[in-house]
Amino acid sequence: MKQLIPVVNSNDHVAGNSLATIELVEYGDYECPYCGRAYPLVKDIQQKLGSELKFVFRNFPLSKIHPHAFQAAIATEAAALQNKFWEMHDRVFENQKILDDENIFLLAMSIGLDPERFKNDIEKKSLKEKVEKDFDSGIRSGVNRTPTFFINGEKYHYDWEDGQLLKYVQGLLTHTSVS
Amino acid sequence: MLPIGIIAPDFELYSTPDQTLRLSEMTDKKVILAFYPADWSPVCDDQMTLYNEMGKYFTEHNAQLIGISVDSKWSHLAFTESRKFHFPLLADFEPKGEVARLYGVYNEKTGECKRALYVIDEDKTIRWCYLSPVGINPGADGILNALEEIDNLKIVNQ
Repeated sequence: MKQLIPVVNSNDHVAGNSLATIELVEYGDYECPYCGRAYPLVKDIQQKLGSELKFVFRNFPLSKIHPHAFQAAIATEAAALQNKFWEMHDRVFENQKILDDENIFLLAMSIGLDPERFKNDIEKKSLKEKVEKDFDSGIRSGVNRTPTFFINGEKYHYDWEDGQLLKYVQGLLTHTSVS
Repeated sequence: MLPIGIIAPDFELYSTPDQTLRLSEMTDKKVILAFYPADWSPVCDDQMTLYNEMGKYFTEHNAQLIGISVDSKWSHLAFTESRKFHFPLLADFEPKGEVARLYGVYNEKTGECKRALYVIDEDKTIRWCYLSPVGINPGADGILNALEEIDNLKIVNQ
């Protein structure tokens, strides 16, 4: 069984209840169409599970086939420096077909980021390193495509479409509350 | 599959329509052999796409990854151009699957290579191998661990 390495820590972006029973981690690429399809499904899971779910997103840009994926990841990390990671994450996925530099900047403006600060931050070496570190952790954890999910530290091997991921986590929740 | 510790059998296959690549010519480099069933198929696509992102990691370990399938050099060329691969794909095409047979990873039933990995050190000794279920992309963690172990042992022995 492939395990999440390293476990979720203070470098991660966490949405939801940090003490939740279910921890869902996604390794994703902002320009990957499958990740684009997973985006509303994850939103749905977040809504249905509420405080029972902690969701974490880690970057896994496949830069050779998705030329804007890395910069898009950098942009979300720059938004994080202004405490708007999730807003930017959502905007980027919702516009994943038009992620050139100019549009990325417009998306950043649309969520109210400070433009000068954003422009400055996306050049920071530390953000590049953060994205690379996420990718590295993905390789170590056995990520083999995007999206790849980990649930409570273990790799999720099944299909995630057609409500299957939701069903799986709901099943896990029932099981946990019974035992 | 071949056992760990033996010298990897030499072979020569087409890497482009007019060039061949011989294992023994890759001196002073570790070699990762990734046998896979077929160009264009979904799992192979994901697997090769992942390896394509890992050039930096393999270079750090002085290693070169090579994909091998029974597809023709022309199919490999189109697959490479379409997916922008930065590593060679070898055509084990004629006699079909000869190298895969040599390495014990030919599937007689389907006429394709099995999904198998070998890590070979600079002296061409097989140091690690892995046979993946055909429908499962093995990822790259096993390869990286093997490369690291080879380098770590070198440091210890120095």
